Amino acid sequence: MSGRIELNGEWREVRSEGDTPLLYVLRDELGLNGAKYGCGLGQCGACTVLVDDEAVFSCVTPLSMVDGKRVTTVEGLGTVEHPGPLQRAFVEEQAAQCGFCIPGMMMRAAALLRAEPHADEKRIREALQPNLCRCGTHMRILRAVKKAAQA
Amino acid sequence: MNAGAARNALLALAGLALAGSCATSETDAIARLEAAPPPTSFSPALVERGARLTALGDCQGCHTAEDGRAFAGGRPVETPFGTIYSTNITPEPRTGIGLWSEQAFRRALREGLDRGGRHLYPAFPYDRFTLASDEDIRAIYAFLMTRPPVSAPPPRNRIPFPFNVRSFLAVWNALYLHPGPWKNDPAHDARWNRGGELAEGLGHCSSCHTPRNALGAERGDRHFEGGDTEGWHAYAIGATSQSPVGWTEPAMRKYLRDGWEAQHGVARGPMAAVSRGLVHADEGDLAAIAHYIVSGMGHAGGGGARKESAASANAQGERLYRDACAQCHEGDESLPFGGLVLAQSIGVAGESPRNLVNMILYGLPAAGDGTAPIMPGFAGAMSDAQVVALSSYLRARFTNRPPWPDLESVVAKARKEGERVAKTPAGGAGLDPARWGGT
Repeated sequence: MSGRIELNGEWREVRSEGDTPLLYVLRDELGLNGAKYGCGLGQCGACTVLVDDEAVFSCVTPLSMVDGKRVTTVEGLGTVEHPGPLQRAFVEEQAAQCGFCIPGMMMRAAALLRAEPHADEKRIREALQPNLCRCGTHMRILRAVKKAAQA
Repeated sequence: MNAGAARNALLALAGLALAGSCATSETDAIARLEAAPPPTSFSPALVERGARLTALGDCQGCHTAEDGRAFAGGRPVETPFGTIYSTNITPEPRTGIGLWSEQAFRRALREGLDRGGRHLYPAFPYDRFTLASDEDIRAIYAFLMTRPPVSAPPPRNRIPFPFNVRSFLAVWNALYLHPGPWKNDPAHDARWNRGGELAEGLGHCSSCHTPRNALGAERGDRHFEGGDTEGWHAYAIGATSQSPVGWTEPAMRKYLRDGWEAQHGVARGPMAAVSRGLVHADEGDLAAIAHYIVSGMGHAGGGGARKESAASANAQGERLYRDACAQCHEGDESLPFGGLVLAQSIGVAGESPRNLVNMILYGLPAAGDGTAPIMPGFAGAMSDAQVVALSSYLRARFTNRPPWPDLESVVAKARKEGERVAKTPAGGAGLDPARWGGT
C-alpha cells in the first residue's frame, strides 16, 4: 500500500505493505532506529512509540492501522544537540545501562507526561509497568521520569 | 421498568424495610465459639474435599484482595448500588470467622445472615449458595477453618440509601431468596442432579450468566440468558446459547477445567479467573456440571454462524482484519497459543459485542505465573471508528446474525470504563504443560 503518517511533525509517504508492523516501517523504510525490536509480541515495550498521544507497541501495530495518524518516536523528543526534557533527565540520571529498553521507556513516559505533566511516583510506576528492562536500571529510570515530571 | 418507576419501587421497598425494622428485631445471633476450632479437629479427607469445593465455588475470587492474603477479604466488588468489600473468611477470631460455628457458617450460605444475625449483601451470592448440600458446606467450612488466620478488618462498605438499610434486605430476601438445599429431580439421574446442585448452587453460574432486574436480583424468567459483569458479558449458557459451535460434554468439561477448548477458544475476563479456580475442582464434579449445562443447552448454537462472504462493503474493517488479526487468527499455531478461527468465536457470534470490543481494545494480558496465551490490545493505536469498522466486518463476514445495534456506544463505553474492565490473564491453559500436551 502507500500511505502517509505524520512522523515527528513531518508528513511522510510510506510504501510498505499494510500488514507491515509500524516498527519495521520506521526502522527499515524510514531509517529511524530509535524504536527497538525486543520480543515482537507486544510484551516487552522496547518498540514503544506514540500514535497521536497514546503509547503503543509498534511491533504489533500494522501500518494500515495508523495510516493518516501522528507518530512520534524517541527521535521526535529532541536531538543530540538539543535533547528534550525527558532525554535530558535520562542523561542526567544515567538511566541507561545497555540502553535497549530506553527509547521505549522514554516514549511510555512521554505518553504519561502528556496526559499528566506532574504525575507522581505511583502513577509513573503504573504507567511504565508494560516496559521491561533486563539490566535492572529501574530505579534510575524512575528517578529520571520523576525529574522530568517535576521540571 | 423505566428509571423513574424503578426508583419509586425502590423507595416503596425501602419504606417497607424501615417499617419492618421498627416492628421486628433482627434474627437472633448464633453463639460465638469460645475459640477457633483447632485444625486437627477436621479430617484431612474432609479438608481436601473442601479445598476442591472452595475452588469450584471461587470463594477466593472475591474474598482475596489484589496482592492480599488468601481469603482475608477486602476486595472491592462494584455493584450498581455501590461498592461492597468482601469479608475476611480466614479463621482469625476478631476480624475473620474464627468464632463461627459450622451452624453459623451454614446459615450465612443458606440465608445470607452473618453470625450476629445481620443481613449480608447479596453481592455474596447466598441466593445461589443456599442450594449447597450440608455435606459440601461442612467440607468448605473445614477447609476455611484450617487456613492460616489473617487479621484484616474489611474496609467500610460505600452503599447509598436505601440499600444501606440492611433490613431492606429482609424484603429483598422475601422476594428473591428461595431457600435450599437443592431438591433432586427424580426425572433426572444422579449425575444431572449433582451437576444442577453445583452449577445452580455453589458454582453460582447464573450470578453472571443471568440478567438482573432493577433490584439487582436474577431474573428467574430469563435464567441463563446472559448477563453483564465487571465490564464483560457473560454469554447465554442455556437454550438461547448463540455459540457458533455446539457444545458437547467433553468440550465443556475441558473448557471449565483448563480455561480453553480447541473449538471454542480461551476463557477471558471474569471467566478466566473462574477457570483458575476450576483447575483444582474435582473431576467428577466438573463432569456433572458439564452434563447439566450442556443438556440444558439442548441443540442451541452450532451451524448457522459459519458464513464467510468474500465480498465486503466494509473495506476499512476488511483491511484491519487482514493486517492486524489474520496472522494469528488464520495462522498455523494451534490453540491455546494460536488465535481461534473467528467463524468459531462466540465473541463474534454472541448476543453482545462487548467482549469482542474488550478484546480488540485490551487484548489478553500475559500471566505472571506461567505460560498462557496472550493477545495484544489495540486501544492506543485504533480509533473508535476503526474498532466499530472491524467489529461489524467480523460480524458480517463470519456469521449469519444481524448487525449489532449501537456498536458505537458499546465501543465508547468500553473505552470509558477501561480502568474498570477486568483484565485477567488466561486461566488454567498454560499453567500445567501436561494439561495441553506441550513442554
